[in-house]
Amino acid sequence: MPQKNKGKWAYRQEIGNASAVERTNSSEFKLKDFYGPKDFKENYDSKLASPGEYPYTRGIHKDMYRGKLWTMRMFSGFGTPEDTNGRLKLLLSQGETGLSVAFDMPTLYGLDANSERAHGEVGKCGVNVSSLKDMEVIFKGIPLDRVSTSMTINAPANILTAMYAVVGEKGRVKKRDLAGTVQADILKEYIAQKEWLYPPEAHMRIIRDMMVYCTNSMPKWNYISISGYHIREAGASAVQELAFTLADGFEYVKLGIENGLDVDSFTPRLSFFFNSSINFFEEIAKFRAARRIWAREMKETYGAKNDRSMKLRFHSQTSGYSLTWQQPLNNIVRTTVEGMAAIMGGTQSLHTNSYDEAWALPSEQAVEVALRTQQILAYETGIPDVIDPLGGSYYIENLTDKMEEEAYKYFHTINGMGGVVKAIKNGYLQREIAATAYAQQRKVESGEAKIVGVNAFANKNEEPINVLKIDLKAERIQRKRLEELKAKRNSNRVQKSLEKLKEVYSGDENSMESIIEAVKNYATLEEITNVGREVFGGWKEPTIL
Amino acid sequence: MEGTNDTLKRRIRILVAKPALDGHDRGVLVLAKAFRDAGMEVLYAGLLPTPEKVAKIAVDEDVDVVALSLHNSAHLSAFPEVKKWLKKLGASDIQVVGGGIIPPADRKRLEKLGITGNFGPGTPLEQVIEHVRKVAKKKWKMDQ
Repeated sequence: MPQKNKGKWAYRQEIGNASAVERTNSSEFKLKDFYGPKDFKENYDSKLASPGEYPYTRGIHKDMYRGKLWTMRMFSGFGTPEDTNGRLKLLLSQGETGLSVAFDMPTLYGLDANSERAHGEVGKCGVNVSSLKDMEVIFKGIPLDRVSTSMTINAPANILTAMYAVVGEKGRVKKRDLAGTVQADILKEYIAQKEWLYPPEAHMRIIRDMMVYCTNSMPKWNYISISGYHIREAGASAVQELAFTLADGFEYVKLGIENGLDVDSFTPRLSFFFNSSINFFEEIAKFRAARRIWAREMKETYGAKNDRSMKLRFHSQTSGYSLTWQQPLNNIVRTTVEGMAAIMGGTQSLHTNSYDEAWALPSEQAVEVALRTQQILAYETGIPDVIDPLGGSYYIENLTDKMEEEAYKYFHTINGMGGVVKAIKNGYLQREIAATAYAQQRKVESGEAKIVGVNAFANKNEEPINVLKIDLKAERIQRKRLEELKAKRNSNRVQKSLEKLKEVYSGDENSMESIIEAVKNYATLEEITNVGREVFGGWKEPTIL
Repeated sequence: MEGTNDTLKRRIRILVAKPALDGHDRGVLVLAKAFRDAGMEVLYAGLLPTPEKVAKIAVDEDVDVVALSLHNSAHLSAFPEVKKWLKKLGASDIQVVGGGIIPPADRKRLEKLGITGNFGPGTPLEQVIEHVRKVAKKKWKMDQ
């Protein structure tokens, strides 16, 4: 690494002389020095149109942030259900407008706190939920009829949805009135985050069950949040994130239609979750292209007639990967730029990362700075005053067109393989992402890509910062709670409801009622997922290397 | 470049693994490719192997180094567990190298247990490769 011994001045010179060098973004688009009228084939009405009008390139609402600011939704959860209940209440008191719960790894993998594999991981990366009991504690004293809750849960999302419904019911909030989201996007798990329980076909059937059940009984529940975030964090470029995520979305649309749902009855509930990373204009173009592609495909390919089916709503989160362990306070600046991109790209809700992300779970102080960052953007900068402020910029419109064009090339490749599930099974999507990740890392190694504090302007010594520490106390408490629960509950009823679920899973009937029944009887998360393991088996991913 | 001679004489066999409930495999896949490009023979343990399984693969495949990566805060329990199983299987000579989101205090504890490297985010690949070459040499000396 030749740049190691260079001083700051040497860097300045290198950067100053760089205009002749070819510039690309994460999607490997070659960038021109500047853009003009010839770089943009304008057709205002069909390609852009006013905000709130098809194809919604400029935004899905007429009044956008003038009518309602984006929802400031900070992802949180750690330790015991009591710890998380406290954190959620603190965030609500500070002006947060929607809840977002993170779960620990055992919960994400459908394992109880006392599972052998859970040792050392209970409450570490999120809150632990082993049974309905834990969900009752997490939401104690929180008015579920007045807040909306987003739960970052995927493989066991059907079970957590059932638990939330039962907690609501016990607090006299009807299922019909419960508002919130579970991530439940299993396709991106196979592609990127790799937290699955069963083979793809089994999980798609479970998603179908949720889709049908929620469409009929929980109309305010977003039973799926189609996520590009993890695809991007796993190494994908912006255009790969865009293409793979929308391809997943279309797969879910097909699933609903194939199972007899009218396209306009369920697609308005589909929402998206994108990454907002550090290349400012590229991200904004990505969000705009996503809206245009979705609207056009929903209308022209899937026959949607309702405007709401065509409007792509999305949550965004700033990029964890872009944050550095070195010089952590610099991360506040990165997050601010990324948050701005999300807002100028028309996001419906936003999570801004804490500056200590690369060190540990965020401390309270770091979370507060992250939330304040959003509040400054919202109330001081004037950015939300005008919708799609970069619309019409030669550069942004050119990038938006290019994003769209390149995304369609990927759709073509994936369709040629027979769809997303096939492209997962043959490892194509996973390999594409790993290849981009490696190429990016190579650029950092060579110094072609500069990361301040890491391979440029680095300090010799890093002072440790104060971070949140989580001890094994949560594990002890959760194990004890589970033992007490198992001794107290009616095991006969647990057994019966699990047997019923096995029967339902083995056939083709909708499984949601059986899951709710098992949850109500305090069957544990692992007991319920074990029924699925028995019926469906597990899954091993194809070779990627 | 140091290590080239060794590479000619004998290729380093390395097993990369994530021995806990952690599917964040960007780092481990990047490292696997980098080790391969550096001339090593690379084996990948797939997702979610238990520490016991990682140790068994390491022994069965007769590797020189096991490189562990975790981003889920389980390093203090999972890394030593792999080390323990290697000892149980009579393969204490196999070198264990760690990496991931590892706070400085934990790094010291892991070092004491004989788990070296413990590289954090932003570590240059070349530094990790050099370290692997160094510990592989150490193992070969032990085996002589």
